[in-house]
Order: sequence, then C-alpha cells, then structure tokens
Amino acid sequence: MAVIKRVLNSIHLEHRKSTMDLATEVMPVPDRVYISVVQHIGAPCEPLVEPGDYVKVGQLIADTEAFVSAPIHSSVSGTVVKIDKIMSSLGSVDKTIIIETDKRQEVWEGIARPHIQSREDFIAAVRASGLVGLGGAAFPTHIKYNPKNIQDVDTLVINGAECEPYITSDYRTMIEDTENIVYGIRIIMKYLDLKKCFIGIEKNKPLAIKKLKYATKNMEGVTVVALPSTYPQGAERVLIHQTTGKDLPMGKLPADIGIIVSNIATVGFVSDYFKTGMPLISKRITVDGNAVLFPKNLRAPIGARICDIIEHCGGYTKPPKKILMGGPMMGRAIYNHEKALIKNNNAILVFDKEKASFPEESDCIRCGSCFRSCPLNLMPTEIEKEYHLANIEGLKKLKVSMCMECGCCSYVCPAKKQLSMINRLAKRMAQEGKK
Amino acid sequence: MELFKDLYVKDTLIVASSPHMLSENNTAKIMRDVLIALVPAGIISVMNFGIRALILAVLCVVAAVASEFLFQKSIGKKTTIQDGSAAVTGLILAYNLPPSLPYWMAMLGSVIAIIFVKQIFGGIGHNFANPAATARIILMMSFATPMTTWTSSGMDKTAEAVSEATPLALAASGQTELLPSTLDLFLGFTSGSMGEASAMAFLLGGIFLMARRVITPEIPAAFLGTMVIFALLAGEDPLFHLFAGGAMLGAFFMATDYSTSPMTKKGKLIFGIGCGLLTMTIRLFGSLPEGVSFAILFMNILTPHIDNFCKWRLYGRKQG
Repeated sequence: MAVIKRVLNSIHLEHRKSTMDLATEVMPVPDRVYISVVQHIGAPCEPLVEPGDYVKVGQLIADTEAFVSAPIHSSVSGTVVKIDKIMSSLGSVDKTIIIETDKRQEVWEGIARPHIQSREDFIAAVRASGLVGLGGAAFPTHIKYNPKNIQDVDTLVINGAECEPYITSDYRTMIEDTENIVYGIRIIMKYLDLKKCFIGIEKNKPLAIKKLKYATKNMEGVTVVALPSTYPQGAERVLIHQTTGKDLPMGKLPADIGIIVSNIATVGFVSDYFKTGMPLISKRITVDGNAVLFPKNLRAPIGARICDIIEHCGGYTKPPKKILMGGPMMGRAIYNHEKALIKNNNAILVFDKEKASFPEESDCIRCGSCFRSCPLNLMPTEIEKEYHLANIEGLKKLKVSMCMECGCCSYVCPAKKQLSMINRLAKRMAQEGKK
Repeated sequence: MELFKDLYVKDTLIVASSPHMLSENNTAKIMRDVLIALVPAGIISVMNFGIRALILAVLCVVAAVASEFLFQKSIGKKTTIQDGSAAVTGLILAYNLPPSLPYWMAMLGSVIAIIFVKQIFGGIGHNFANPAATARIILMMSFATPMTTWTSSGMDKTAEAVSEATPLALAASGQTELLPSTLDLFLGFTSGSMGEASAMAFLLGGIFLMARRVITPEIPAAFLGTMVIFALLAGEDPLFHLFAGGAMLGAFFMATDYSTSPMTKKGKLIFGIGCGLLTMTIRLFGSLPEGVSFAILFMNILTPHIDNFCKWRLYGRKQG
C-alpha cells in the first residue's frame, strides 16, 4: 500500500450544466417510434412482431437466445407498420421496428412485479427488464451482475460522477429518484451478497451528495464519496481508484478485484423494475446545446427520433451543424436528425456552426500536455507516430488498447491535433494487425 | 423552425470523432505567455545598457520573424509566423548577446537560428537543437571579439569604463576582488549579455510560466539544483553561480524549449541534471567562462535518446 495516494491525471473542463435545475418532464409519445433491434453491446435481437401486429406498452417485441444481449420492449401502444433496415445512430444497418402510436399508451397485460427468491431469479429478472448499462456503454447489465467469480465480489461502485459537460440527467435522477436509488442499492447488495457500496459523485453536485448521504446514513457499508470536479472521474478505472483506492490492473475486469461498477441511473432503474415490473422503455435525457430553443431534462420513449425530441424542446434556434448523442467529450456525432433514441443515450446536444467546427491542426510542438492529461499515462503523440508508421508492434508496446477514448489529449492539445481520433484508429490497427 | 429542419438538417451535419469540445489553449497563446515572461528581463536590460539593448532586441525579433516568413514562402509552405515562436526565438537570442554587438551580426544570428536550426529540420516542433543556443554558439565562434566585449552596467554609478569583463570571466581569471555583490548580481546591475544581467527578472518570468502551466518545474529545478550541489561540492558560492551568467535564462527559457527537451517527467529530470553538470564543468574546468548554451546544446542532442529511455509508466501496469 502506497503511503501517498496516487493522483491520476485529469483535466479541468467547463461544466456548462445549465440544465441542472430543470426538473424532468415526460415527453408525450410521438406519432411513430423507431425501435432498433440493436440497443446494446452484443448480439442483435430478432423481432418477435410482424407488420400489422398491435403492441402495447412494455410488450416484448424483440429478443434473442444469444448470451450477450438484452430483450427489447415496446415503448408505446400502437400498430407495427414496418420492419425496416435502417442505419442506426451507432452506424450499423439494423432491423428497426417502426410502430405507429395510438397515443392511448395501453399497458401490456403481462406486466407484473418480478418474484425474487434467489440470486438466479434476480439475474433472470434483470435480463427480462431489458436493462443495459445506462451510463453510455450499453453492456447488458445481467451479465455484469453475474460475473464468474461472484463469490469473490464484495463491492458495488456506483457512478454518479456525471463528468461530461452539459449532461445533467444523472443529477436529476439523484435528486428526483433518491429513494429509488437507495432501494436499488439494497436489492443489488442483497441478491449479489455485496458488503460494501461506494457512490461516487462529483463535488459540483453538492445537493446530490447531500441527499444521497442523508438517504444512506443508516445503511451499513454504503459510503458516498465526493469526487473532485475534474474529467474523467466517471471513467471506470478512475472511479474505482477514487472510491475504493484500488488500482484495476491492465487487462482485468472490475470483478477480478472484487468490484461491480454500475451507473446511478442503472441502479435507479433496477428499483423501478422491481416496484412496477415495467421494463426499460424510456430514458431520462438532457437536451441542450446552443441551437435548441428550450433546453430540458426529459423522460423520452425509446425509439423517439431526435427531430421529434428537438421539436418537443421548441425546435432549433439556429441551423444545427452538429448533433451529439451523449456528451461533448465522448458523445457520438450523428449525420442525420432522424436517428432514434436508444437505451444508453443520456443526452442530445445540438450545436450551431460556430461551436461545431474545429480549429485547424498545426504541428506538434512537443509540449507534453497530452502525456500529462492522460488518466492512464498513455503517450498520445508517440502513439500517433507509430500509427503513421503503421508499426503494429510499436502500438502494442505503447498499450494503445488501454485507451478509453476519454478525449483529454485532444482537449488539451495546443496544436489542436485530433489525438483521440488517432488513438481510436490506432487501437483498431493494433487489434486487426494491419493498416 | 420548419425551415431549418428541411433546409439545413439533412446531410449537412458535421460528423467528427469525439471530443467535440476543445480547450482555448493554442500554440500562439503559449508563445505569447513566453514573450510576456521575457518582458521584465528586457526592461532591466534597457535600464542597464540603454536604448541600444532595446534596438538590438527588436532587430533580432524582426530578423527572426522575417526569415521564417520568407523561408516558408520560398518553399511554398504555409507560414507559421502568427504562432509567435519565431519572435520568441529572436528575443531569446537577443538576450544571449552582448548589448554592444553590431546589429548586423545579431540579425545574422536570428537568420541562422530560424533557417538553419529550425526551418530546414521542418519548423516548429521538429528541430533537434535549440535555435537560440546554437545561433549564439555559431556567432561566438565566428565573431569571438565582439561577442565577448561587454558593456558595463549603466546602473553601476562607480564604473567609468565602457567595457569590462563579466563576473564569470572575472571569477575564471581569479580577479575575485572585482566581483559585484550577490545582490547586484541577483538584481542584474552588472555587465554581461542582455540576458545574463538579471537573475531576478528571469526568476519572475519563470515563475509566471510555471503558474500559467506553460512549463513544468522539472527542468529548471533539476538544472539549477544540480548547479547548487556541484558548486557546494566544489567549494564555490552557489548563489554566485545561479545569479551570474546565463543560468537563469538557460534554465527557465532555453532548456525548457519543447522541441528540444524530453517530454516525460523522468526525462526532464535527467535533462536538467545533465545541463547543470555540464554548465558547472565548463565553468569550473573549461577554458570558457560560461557554459550554459553548450550544456543545453549537448543535452538537446541526447534528447531523443532520453525520450526513448524514459517512457511513462502506464497506470495499472503493475499487477495489483
């Protein structure tokens, strides 16, 4: 055990969380929803409905036998009009179930609270709920909660850092659904037999820290950790280090060191599902950016298109030039606003031309800022050199596969080099073994 | 709203790799900070040596910027003078020169620094040797007499001679009774090149750069720290060695040049220690009174190897 706690590199960002105090509104269902069969990392689901079928809210509409997957449920009541192949916001062409809504939002008769007797029941229920990692990774939660060495796992780390600028949806979850989160923690700790729980929240959310501290004060083993307001506190390795003090070794999963990491919204949903039996059909998102009229925190149905969501927020104030799904540091820029909301989206940000364009790149001046900004101590400019030389051995030696694409290196670079993008490409090069 | 939707949104969106938010920092701002940090030394220099020092500095900067512009134009490259790096090189070179140096020699130094040390190796970030240090050494070799003729400080009311030896030269020739007081050395009321004059001004500038996070403390601390230890072991006055000559200018402004110094913490420490050792070795045992530029140039040459030797230790590499 080191005497001095190691400080991981991080960067200071403007928080820009101006939607913090906007309570979550429920978005009315749009005329049509577009539900892709790929809503998670892993195998795509197969549609279980056909055009013409009438579906209700919460009804199972797509599933698969594959292990790494999560079932998909209808977010509306209405008629399936078409099952089309559409390029999703993730960039792959997938089957998409298009449902014309009847606006009655009739709830499916099959909705019932799950009965849980054992850990196996719990895992099965989590799968049935369609839950995936809501922090952004969209990894099926039932797999995460069921590691091979579950007997060695004793700690739950909950990510309430919300370190991305603009986004406040997790913050709203912590403020509005505090009791839910607490109940979710209880259930997860009980059925997975966990002894300790750390909730990491950045210091820029004092009210959330206060509320959760108060709500968990009588719970044994639960600690709320105030994290510094620097980016990326919410990255898995960084969060584990900051809350438990443990270092996650390279190439290991959190479960290997006895930890399960879950996003705060994921935990909140577990409790929702156990209380109501309603699967994951809607998502709390932040809609913000300088080209949207009324920035909001919204509960939007899965499958609602971005254009419908923006219209609900008053529309565009300026011609949009960049639309992001997720935050500005790690979010994905989409090419068309007709893309639909999927389970792991936590924000939609719309920017005008001025905010959307990048300054021109210039030569590296070897200042070393990128080295000093990387939480994992990678060397981005060295990676860039090896990438341009297509030196796969060199890339492997620099451990480019460790890069979590947090974007710190690109952010700090005074020459405005897109180091993060090069890292991404270099990762793929190293993986595939060719240029 | 409807208008925007149809006219602009379809297929006109920018798709790019994240992050979509960048810091306000850029190369030009860094160079601007360096120029600001060099101002106090310039003021003391002008107080000390008169208006000639100012003209010399301006000419060096103009020559540096002009040669960068003309060179890049002539080979059809995009010009980079707006990033301010050429101006920084010109100014640092000026601080390395005696104030009485003929103007054309100083401007020739700028041309050498920019074209032959920086640009032909690819411009900013690509040169392996510090342009100002190298140009100074070339001038020194070419014009030995004017490069070692020092004007006495105008602030030193008792001095009557127009030229006198620098404190380091006095020390090297054993004329220790003529040495200025440590305080005068620190404040800069002594003879020498423009930049050798005031340790205080460079210390101020260095602290400013560290506060602005333009430079990190490793190189200056290792450089100056090594000099102090060396001086103590050799039975010399450490403060004299810190404040006399170009140690402060070298440690804060020349050894920390991004292009020519290592990028990792460990590398920077090795680089700084090397600079300190070489400077003191030349000062105490060499036939030249001052060795800062030689020390920096020598360590510049080693920099790629230091960089290869000192990789960052990856987080989580050790099995936990």
